[in-house]
Amino acid sequence: MSEPLLQVRDLNQHFKVSRSFTVKAVNGVSFDIFPGETYGLVGESGSGKTTIGRSIIRLYNPTSGSIKFEGKEIAGKLDRDTEGMLRRDMQMIFQDPMSSLNPRKKVGDIIGEGLDIHHRYVTAAERDDVISQMLSKVGLSPAHAERYPHQFSGGQRQRVGIARALVMNPKLIIADECISALDVSIQAQVVNLMKDIQESTGCAYLFIAHDLSMVKYISDRIGVLHLGYMVETGTTDEIFANPVHPYTKSLLSAVPIPNPEVEKRRKSIAYDHVAEGIDYAKGTEHQLEGTHSVLATDEELARWTA
Amino acid sequence: MAEMNEKAILQFQDLDISFRTNAGTVHAIRGVNLDLQRGETVAIVGESGSGKSVTVKACVGLLDANATVNSGKILYRYTDEKGAQQVVDLLTLPKRELRRTINGSKIAMVFQDPMTSLDPTMTIGKQIMEGILIHKKADKAAARARALELLELVGITDAERRMKAYPHQLSGGMRQRVVIAIALASDPEILICDEPTTALDVTIQARILELIKDVQKRLGISVIYITHDLGVVAKVADYVNVMYAGKIIEVGNVNEIFYEPKHPYTWGLLAAMPDLETDDDRLASIPGSPPNLLHEPVGDAFAARNAFALKIDEKAEPPMFKISDTHYAATWLLHPDAPKVEMPTELVARLERARKEAEKYL
Repeated sequence: MSEPLLQVRDLNQHFKVSRSFTVKAVNGVSFDIFPGETYGLVGESGSGKTTIGRSIIRLYNPTSGSIKFEGKEIAGKLDRDTEGMLRRDMQMIFQDPMSSLNPRKKVGDIIGEGLDIHHRYVTAAERDDVISQMLSKVGLSPAHAERYPHQFSGGQRQRVGIARALVMNPKLIIADECISALDVSIQAQVVNLMKDIQESTGCAYLFIAHDLSMVKYISDRIGVLHLGYMVETGTTDEIFANPVHPYTKSLLSAVPIPNPEVEKRRKSIAYDHVAEGIDYAKGTEHQLEGTHSVLATDEELARWTA
Repeated sequence: MAEMNEKAILQFQDLDISFRTNAGTVHAIRGVNLDLQRGETVAIVGESGSGKSVTVKACVGLLDANATVNSGKILYRYTDEKGAQQVVDLLTLPKRELRRTINGSKIAMVFQDPMTSLDPTMTIGKQIMEGILIHKKADKAAARARALELLELVGITDAERRMKAYPHQLSGGMRQRVVIAIALASDPEILICDEPTTALDVTIQARILELIKDVQKRLGISVIYITHDLGVVAKVADYVNVMYAGKIIEVGNVNEIFYEPKHPYTWGLLAAMPDLETDDDRLASIPGSPPNLLHEPVGDAFAARNAFALKIDEKAEPPMFKISDTHYAATWLLHPDAPKVEMPTELVARLERARKEAEKYL
C-alpha cells in the first residue's frame, strides 16, 4: 500500500478537570488513513470519536502520542509553514450546519474566507469565480452567494459547510457527524455529494458518526471506539462480516433494519464491559486477518473467537 | 356524539390545523385521518416539518398559542367510572377538563429529549410520585410503592436508591426510562412517543424500544410512535402512516409498507436509507426539499420532488386509493387510467432481498 496520508499512533487525549480528576477521553488510539479513502469512526456518545477528530485538526493539544500528516509530525508546536499547509490541506465539516456558519456573513464570504486568508486569488473576479464554481459543485446556484445562512434549509446549509471545506482543495476532510442533524432523504443527498466529490478530487474522509448503516455504506475501513479505546478496526467487510469484539457485536445488533419480519424477531445483544470483566487497559492489539485487529488480552481473544 | 369506528380507541378525523406566524399562515396539517386500536402500535413517519408532532400534540392540548384548528375531530373512547362507554372529542373539551381527566391519566406522552422533559431540581422519585398523587389520589406510601414498582418495570435496578437521585446523576438512557416510568405512572390507555430515542445511542435505543414493546405487551396499552427512522418503525409498529407536507400519503400494516410500498415518497424514504447490505455506488435520494407550507401547495405536494409525477399531479390532489383493506396510498399512479410505473430498480432489488430474508421466519 502507498504511504498513509494521516498516521495516528498511540494518541492520548486527557482533560484535567480538577487536581484529582482527569477525564481520559482517548487512550492509545492508532490508525492510518490513506489518500482517497474513507475511514469511519463509530462509537456511542462519550467514546471519544469527536475528540479524536478535534485532536487531529489541532483544536486540542494531544497529551501524548504522534499524529503524522504526509509524514510530518503535527502534534505539538509547529512552524508557520507547516501550520499554513495544514490549514489548507485539512478541513472539517461540523455536525450542526446552523451553529457552524456565521449568521452575519453572506454565504459567499463564508466560503471565500479561506481564499482571503491564504491569498489564493489576484482579482476579485477570480475569487467570485471560484466561489460560484464551488456552489455549483455542491448543488447550489451561484446566486446563493449573496444570501445569509438563515435563508437556507438544513440540507442546503450543510452543502455550504461542505463547500467551505472544499474550497481549499484539502487532502483530508474530517466530517464530524455531518449528516446526523439532517432528514433521511436529505442525508442521502449529502452522502451522494460527498462520494461524488471524493471521486473527482481524490480527498480522504475521516467520517465520524454513530449511524452504522450510513458508516458502512460510505466507509472503506472502520474503527470502533468505546470509552476512548479503539476496540476493533478493519475494512468495512471484515468488521461487518466477522465482528469479534463483544462491543462491536452489540453495536451491530442494535442497528434497526428496515425489514419488519426480521427486525421484530431480533433482540439486541447487551454489552457491559464491567460485568464481563473486560479491562481495556490490559488488552493489546491482536492482528486477525488483513487489516482487521482487535483490542483484547490473549485469553479474551481465545474466548471471543472460539 | 359523533360517529366513531367501532374498534378504535382514538380516531383523528379530517384534522386541519394552521399556524399564524409573522410570515403568514402556515397550513401545517391538511386533513389527517388516523385510527388507533386497542393494544396496537401505530407509527407516524415523516421528515421534519411534515406535521407529525403537531398531529399528536393536538390530542393532548399542547398546541402552541398561535395554532388554529380549522376543522376536524379527535375522538377518544373510554370507559367511565360507571363502566359505560363514552366518546369525547378531545378538541372541544375545555382545557381544564382535558388536563384533569385525559392528560397523563388516559393519554401519556414521552418526549424526545429526556433531559428537558425532567425537572432538574426534583428527585426522580418525587417526579414519578407526582402523577400518582394527583391522578390516582393515592396516599404517599402507596404512591411510593407504586413508583418503586414502576422503576423496576422500566428496568432500573437498585430502585430504592435511584428514587433519591436527580436527573443529572443519570445517563441519557436511564433518564428516558424514568420518563417512561412517569408516563406509565397512572395507567394510561394510550402512550404517545414523540421520537423517544432520537437523542440516544443505537445500543441504548434498541434497549428502550424493546422496553416499550415489553411494557406494551404486559399492560396492553396502545402506542403512537413518531419517528423518522424506518428501522425503528420496522421494529415496533403494527401499522404505519407515512406523512408528507401535513397529510398522510400512505397507510398500511407494517409488512405492506415495507414489502409493497406504493407511494413514490415511501419508495424514496426506503431507498434513501441504506440497509446493511446496500453496496450500490449511489444512494437513491429524493431530490429537493420539503415544500414550505406558507404557500398552499397546488395539486400533489410531492409532485415537485417526484420523478414519477404525472401531469395531473400539478393540478389536482390525489385521493386515497385503496390497495387492500388496510393499505391505502394517495398517488395518482394508482388510478386505473395511470400509466404503469415501475419502482426504481435498486429498490426492487432491495425489497426482493428483504422479502427473501423475511421468508426465513415465516
